Amino acid sequence: MSSKLDIYTTKQRGRIINFLFTSACFLATITCVLLLLLLIWNLILQGKDWLSWNFVDSFPSRFPHKAGIKSALYGSIWLISLTALFSVPLGVGAAVYLEEYSPKTRWRKLIQLNISNLAGVPSIVYGILGLALFVRALNFERSILSGALTLTLVVLPIIILASQEALRSVPDSIRRSAYALGATRWQTVWYQVLPASLPGIMTGVILSLSRALGEAAPLIVVGAFAYVPFVPEKLSDEFTALPIQIFNWTARPQEDFHHIAAAGILVLLIVLVSMNAIAVFVRHKYGKKIRW
Amino acid sequence: MIEERSDEEQSVEMELGEAAVIKLPRSTSLERAGGGLMVSLRPYYEGLIHFALFLCASISVVVTVGIVIVLLYESVQFFFDVSLIEFLTGTRWTPLLKPQHFGILPLMCGTMLIAGGSAFVAVPIGLGTAIYLSEYASPRFRDIVKPMLEILAGIPSVVYGYLAIVFVSPIIRYVFPSAGVFNAASACIVVGIMILPMIISLSEDILQSVPLSLRGAAFALGANKFEVTVRVVVPAALSGIIASFLLAISRAIGETMAVTLAAGATPKLTLNPLESIQTMTAYIVQVSQGDTPTGTVEYRTIFAVGLTLFLTTMAMNVLAQYILSRLGERYE
Repeated sequence: MSSKLDIYTTKQRGRIINFLFTSACFLATITCVLLLLLLIWNLILQGKDWLSWNFVDSFPSRFPHKAGIKSALYGSIWLISLTALFSVPLGVGAAVYLEEYSPKTRWRKLIQLNISNLAGVPSIVYGILGLALFVRALNFERSILSGALTLTLVVLPIIILASQEALRSVPDSIRRSAYALGATRWQTVWYQVLPASLPGIMTGVILSLSRALGEAAPLIVVGAFAYVPFVPEKLSDEFTALPIQIFNWTARPQEDFHHIAAAGILVLLIVLVSMNAIAVFVRHKYGKKIRW
Repeated sequence: MIEERSDEEQSVEMELGEAAVIKLPRSTSLERAGGGLMVSLRPYYEGLIHFALFLCASISVVVTVGIVIVLLYESVQFFFDVSLIEFLTGTRWTPLLKPQHFGILPLMCGTMLIAGGSAFVAVPIGLGTAIYLSEYASPRFRDIVKPMLEILAGIPSVVYGYLAIVFVSPIIRYVFPSAGVFNAASACIVVGIMILPMIISLSEDILQSVPLSLRGAAFALGANKFEVTVRVVVPAALSGIIASFLLAISRAIGETMAVTLAAGATPKLTLNPLESIQTMTAYIVQVSQGDTPTGTVEYRTIFAVGLTLFLTTMAMNVLAQYILSRLGERYE
C-alpha cells in the first residue's frame, strides 16, 4: 500500500516540478519580449514630441529646441557608404578565397580562427588601432576617411563570416557541373557560385552595415567631433555621426537634451529597422527562387 | 578553347578542384579579338584573381598583427615610465590628476563588476528562454519571438546607455535611495539585456543540436519532460552553454557606450553596484574625448588599458571557441 502511495506522490511531485519549470522558462521568454516592448515604448514616449522635419534638417545647437541632426545624419551616410565601399569587396573576397580557393591547410585554419577571434574583439580596440594607424601614422587626421576605415575594420570579420556561410550553402554539384563544362575556377565562382549565394551575402552585408551605423565607441576614439555645424563634403572633413550625437545629448544633465536624444534614437532606429526589413525582404524574395 | 590550340602554343596546366586538370592554351599573339584575347590571357588573369583574393583574406591576419603591434608598441613605452608591478597591483587609478597613480585594479574591478552583474541578469533569463524556445515552444511561437530577439540584438549600445540613464537609473534610485545618478547597477541591467540575445541564440543552437535519440531514450525510460530537459538535454549541451556564457561575458567586458553613460567616471575598488565606477572601456572613451597630447604618459595609458582589455576578451573568446570546437566532434 505504502509503496504505491509513494509512487503516486513522487509522480504528483514530478508533475508539479515539471509545471513550475515550464512556467519559469516561459516567464523568462515573456520577460525578453516585454523588455523589448518596454524599451521601445519608453523611447517613443520620450522622443515623439520632439521628432519633426525641423529636427532632421537642423544643425546641432546649444539650445535643445533649435538642435537637430542634419550634420550627424549626413556624417552617418558618408561613413556607412564608405565603409560599404571598403568592406564589401574585401570581405567577400576574403570569404571567396577561404571557401573556394584555399586548400584545407593549417594556414587556412589559422586564418579562420583568427577571423572568428577578430569578430569578438571589442569595437573600442579597433578604435585604438584606427587612432594609431589612420589618424596618426597615415596622417588622415580626425576625418571621415579615418572613421570609415576604422568602421571597416570593425565590420570586416562579420562580413567575412556571413559571406562564408552563404558560400558554403551553395551545393558542390553546381561547382562540379561548371568545371565539367570547362569553366575555370574564377568563371565558376563569378558566374555560378556568387550569384547563387548573393541573397545570403547581401543579408550579411546589410546586417553588418547596420551594426556599423550604430557603432559609436571606435568613432569617439578616432576623434569624431561632438559639434559639427556643417555638412561634410569631402573625405578629409571633420565629422560626427548619429550615435555620437545621441551620446553627447544623453551625457548632458538637462532633461530637454534627453528628449532630443530620444528623438535622435528614434531616427536611428527607423533607419536600422528599414535596413533590417530590406535584409529580410532580400532573404525571402531571392532566397526562395533558388532551389537545388 | 580546345579547338583553338595549335602546335606552336604552349599549354599550361591548371589545377581545378581535386580531380579535373584542363589544358589551356597560352598564346603570344595579342592581335586576337575579343574572347580570343581573354582566352590567351586567362591563366594570368586567373592567377591574378587568385592572388587578389589571397590578399583580401590576408588582411584579417594583418589587422590582428596590427592590433598587437600598435598596442604593444605604445604600451612598452608606457611601461618605461610606469612599472609593470605598479600597473598590475596598484589600487588607485588617477592618470589625469596629480598625483598620478597607475594601478589598473580599480578599472579591472569596475569591468568585472559590470561583467558579473550583467551575467547575473542575463544568464537565468537567457538560459530559461533558450530552454523554452528549444524544448517547449511551438514553431509558431518561435517564429514570433526569435525576430523580436533579433531586434533586441540590433539595438545599438548607445541606445542602451540612454535607457540606463533615463529609464533604469531613476527606478534604481527609487528603490535604493542611496544609489547615485550614475551607478553600476543600471549599467549591469542594460548590458545584461544587451547580451541576452547572444546567450539565447547560441544556447538554443546548442540545445537543438543534442540528438533526438537522447531525448527519446530518456522518455522511454519513463522520465517526464522536466527530467528529460534538466537531466539529459542540458547536461549534454552544458559545455556549449558555458561557451555561450563566456562569449556573452566577453562582449559585456568590451561593451563601451552604455557603460560610459550609465556607470560614471570614478575608478573605484568596490563591489557595491549602487556606486559609480569606471570600466576600462569607459576610461578609454574619457581620454579620447579630452585633448590629451600625443606622446605623453596620459595618452599612452589608453594603449596599456586597451592591451589589458584586448588580452582579457581574447582569452575568453579563445577558451569559448576551444570548448565549442570540441563539442562539434562529440556527436559526429
